[in-house]
Amino acid sequence: MKPEPTTPTPLMHDGYDALKKKFALGLANVPHGDLMKRCLQCGTCTGSCPASYAMEITPREIVALFRADHLDTILQSRTIWICASCYACTVRCPQEIPITDIMYLLKRMAMDARMPSHKMPVYRLSQIFVSIANRFGRGYELGLLLRYYLGKNPFQLIANLPLFLKLFLKGRIGLWPHKIRGTTALSSILAEAEIMEMIIPVREWPR
Amino acid sequence: MKYSYYPGCSLESSSKNYDRSVQAVYDTLGLELIELDDWNCCGATYYMSIKETISLVFSARNLAIAESLGRDLVAPCSSCYTILYKTNKLLNENPIMRAKVRQALKRDGLDYQSGVQVRHPLEVLVNDVGLEKISLETRRHLEGIKVAPYYGCQIVRPERGLDDCENPRLMDELFASVGAEIVNFPMKVRCCGGMLMTTYPDVALKLNKELLESATVNGAECIVTTCPLCQINLEGYQKKINARFHTNFRIPILFFSQLLGWALGCDPDALGLNQNLIGFSKIKQKVLQPA
Repeated sequence: MKPEPTTPTPLMHDGYDALKKKFALGLANVPHGDLMKRCLQCGTCTGSCPASYAMEITPREIVALFRADHLDTILQSRTIWICASCYACTVRCPQEIPITDIMYLLKRMAMDARMPSHKMPVYRLSQIFVSIANRFGRGYELGLLLRYYLGKNPFQLIANLPLFLKLFLKGRIGLWPHKIRGTTALSSILAEAEIMEMIIPVREWPR
Repeated sequence: MKYSYYPGCSLESSSKNYDRSVQAVYDTLGLELIELDDWNCCGATYYMSIKETISLVFSARNLAIAESLGRDLVAPCSSCYTILYKTNKLLNENPIMRAKVRQALKRDGLDYQSGVQVRHPLEVLVNDVGLEKISLETRRHLEGIKVAPYYGCQIVRPERGLDDCENPRLMDELFASVGAEIVNFPMKVRCCGGMLMTTYPDVALKLNKELLESATVNGAECIVTTCPLCQINLEGYQKKINARFHTNFRIPILFFSQLLGWALGCDPDALGLNQNLIGFSKIKQKVLQPA
């Protein structure tokens, strides 16, 4: 049995407070997520981020905007999708805030809330990756890239063809997906995990 | 010594040379790698961006299989290593999440009690084999070869388990022990952008250009790495970077196990050296016919 995808909840329709509550619950699940309240606004995260120059909201500003009740602005930003999760900010944060994990939480929320950002490239790539992984139990690089480029930007595919050809000639492109033996069992594990995903331990929002 | 081996999806396709060279090095040093039976994808960074619990269940399935075998789990791909390590740590520390994950794993009769050590082959070599032994086993001394060890982001962060996260030394010491000269490489833990090369190529090209610059400006003749994605980004896109930034990079990017294996006297074919896009014949000549 293939696990049914959960329907994204249109959180914004429930108003800003619901969105904020959802974030608080999610943060309670992130190890040491509550440390976010200790943010000093020092900007070490932004300074350490190799990609912050390409973000319209820097990592430091994310915390500032959250405090100013602009969670919706954060969720619509390109920032959370440009984060390559290299953890440079996390290891340098003097207050030990797990910034990268909070970025992951924001990504998940932006998708659930069907923010306009769900059209962004990383979201698309992640979705294809997950559907391939669920189906075969393994990643399938060629399938992932073809589906991504064809759906999003065929010109980029053409621009990259010389590289793909070179890799192919070197035997570095797997033409067919590898499949694990236990795909049926994996599906039932994932179906159960889908139910577990919905269980969120309720804790009080640390002020 | 025996280890469970988790190759990961990249090592099955785009980084076959990594897979082959790790196995060749371990073979030469008398370590046994036994592939984890019916392993599945670790979920990489993507799964965590979509679903939290499910992504943990996904990678924990591998930990559960490994636990029943009772050996340490060795994962060469930086991303797989980080994801498995992180999942392991999180399940260890968070009882609620552990209960949720175990409940899902039960569906296939699996269980996980947090009893597996996730390790990186680099660290296994340095800690379990030791630099002294590796130095004694060296067949081709890399005298005068200037190497820039590139750690990238994933293996040294975020859990501080492997090495110092700002200035890791594992690879530096490993290659110094086989005679190589380690160049100063200030950007050795700077991120290459990973899949941003696909999603936001402008950002990734710039990051990779800065990395190549940082290594070559200090005289590096090759860069060694532990990550399939870093390897592809730095090697495969060098031409594009040259075209865009009017630079002139042509520097071999090797997996650490390839250069190490070559120093240990492994057969170049067994190391998959012919599968690299930029050959390292110059270095070969320098070692084989010293001036």
